[in-house]
Amino acid sequence: MTSKTVLHAKHLEANAKMVDFHGWEMPINYGSQIEEHNAVRTDAGMFDVSHMTIVDVKGEQAQAFLRKLVANDVAKLTVPGKALYTGMLNEQGGVIDDLIIYFFSETQYRLVVNSATREKDLAHMAKVSADFAVEVTERPEFAMIAVQGPNAKAKTATLLTSEQQAAVEGMKPFFGVQVGDLFIATTGYTGEDGYEIVVPNDQAADLWQQLLDAGVAPAGLGARDTLRLEAGMNLYGLDMDESVSPLAANMAWTIAWEPEDRDFIGRDVLVKQRAEKSTDKLVGLVLEEKGVLRSGSKVIVEGGEGVITSGTFSPTLGFSVALARVPRSTGETAQVEMRKKLVNVKVVKPSFVRNGKSVL
Amino acid sequence: MSNIPSELKYASSHEWVRNEGDGTFTVGISEHAQELLGDMVFVELPEVGDEVDAGEDCAVAESVKAASDIYSPISGEIVAINEDLEDAPETVNNDAYGDGWLFVVKASDESELENLLDAEGYANTIDED
Repeated sequence: MTSKTVLHAKHLEANAKMVDFHGWEMPINYGSQIEEHNAVRTDAGMFDVSHMTIVDVKGEQAQAFLRKLVANDVAKLTVPGKALYTGMLNEQGGVIDDLIIYFFSETQYRLVVNSATREKDLAHMAKVSADFAVEVTERPEFAMIAVQGPNAKAKTATLLTSEQQAAVEGMKPFFGVQVGDLFIATTGYTGEDGYEIVVPNDQAADLWQQLLDAGVAPAGLGARDTLRLEAGMNLYGLDMDESVSPLAANMAWTIAWEPEDRDFIGRDVLVKQRAEKSTDKLVGLVLEEKGVLRSGSKVIVEGGEGVITSGTFSPTLGFSVALARVPRSTGETAQVEMRKKLVNVKVVKPSFVRNGKSVL
Repeated sequence: MSNIPSELKYASSHEWVRNEGDGTFTVGISEHAQELLGDMVFVELPEVGDEVDAGEDCAVAESVKAASDIYSPISGEIVAINEDLEDAPETVNNDAYGDGWLFVVKASDESELENLLDAEGYANTIDED
């Protein structure tokens, strides 16, 4: 069975090519994925991300529950609205999912998790939360639209109420605020400025249309993937999964090691991996000649081999880039098996484009 | 249903062939093929002077989605290639039957044309996909 978001009809109106994305019928593009990509890098584009799962966590022990559930420490969040990116791990230290947590108070948080992992995430949260005085509630009554790009905020502002405009005025990155019917957050998955807006289902199509009228270009999952890859952001299921440690997925920065007595799930394994330096690492690869690096390709490095976890043509850079999980000994160059031959690639930090500019 | 001009011949591997009337044949990929592949990012072409056999892979169309071999529908010598695609591979998407042509073959055996599909035959193979 495939599910449809409340914006399904709007996608068809805009001539979207629809595909099955983990059980959701979603737009892959509206004609040209590259034009949509460029719209986000140079102006403003919007994505229907209503398939993502919103979960509210409420209760006396909400903070204690989340300090157990995820690798980062929600106790670091003290300013209402502040968000944090982290991983939810299993006992073996593998990543069950990556997620964003918004802090409202120590008894109230909002989580946004992936759609493809929805069922196992909810099951895992239900199991862990059983030991805490906390309510975990999915919020399927909301849709979500990500508006991204250098002009995204200005174009969005034209359709906000004055109260909403005042609330988001000067809001720093990685914050969210509920104002009127909208939850507006300065988060995203493109490496550009912009908002992710949570909107009641029955208002979503109107908001989408208003954004269209304000000159925001609809963008599909194809562009979403090239944008996030250029920004060096992981995609769950490709760049990490339950068999991969966050230390091997460029997620070390999302783990709070202090205080040492916070016993989050997976901690013991991670502490050992960290001390022994036993995991692989995630790096960026750059291919400056013709061809496109593709996920699953073998990467040959001095003293071992790794694998491309995500690869694409980078429309912003004009050549191909990839994320790859490789041995820690990997130096500045590697070779990739491509269409029966070996090509040389540069090894870089896993980040290629920020705010429209190359960071290579 | 995508556009399938009736004056062209087709290979089931989605190449089209246009008889130029002087023993040469222009080759490209069908509109259906470019739709399947999505935005083109690189096109690798054979070299002028190369000898190709019918069914031999002699070019690569690489899109955001996949790299796809292009097979020469007929045997002969490559006498021209579309060098404009080097800087503008998206032409294959925008004008598959026109400016998005890939290469021209001087046929060594024009009877091979009979092995190719007409528009209707090609349309039927797409329906079966």
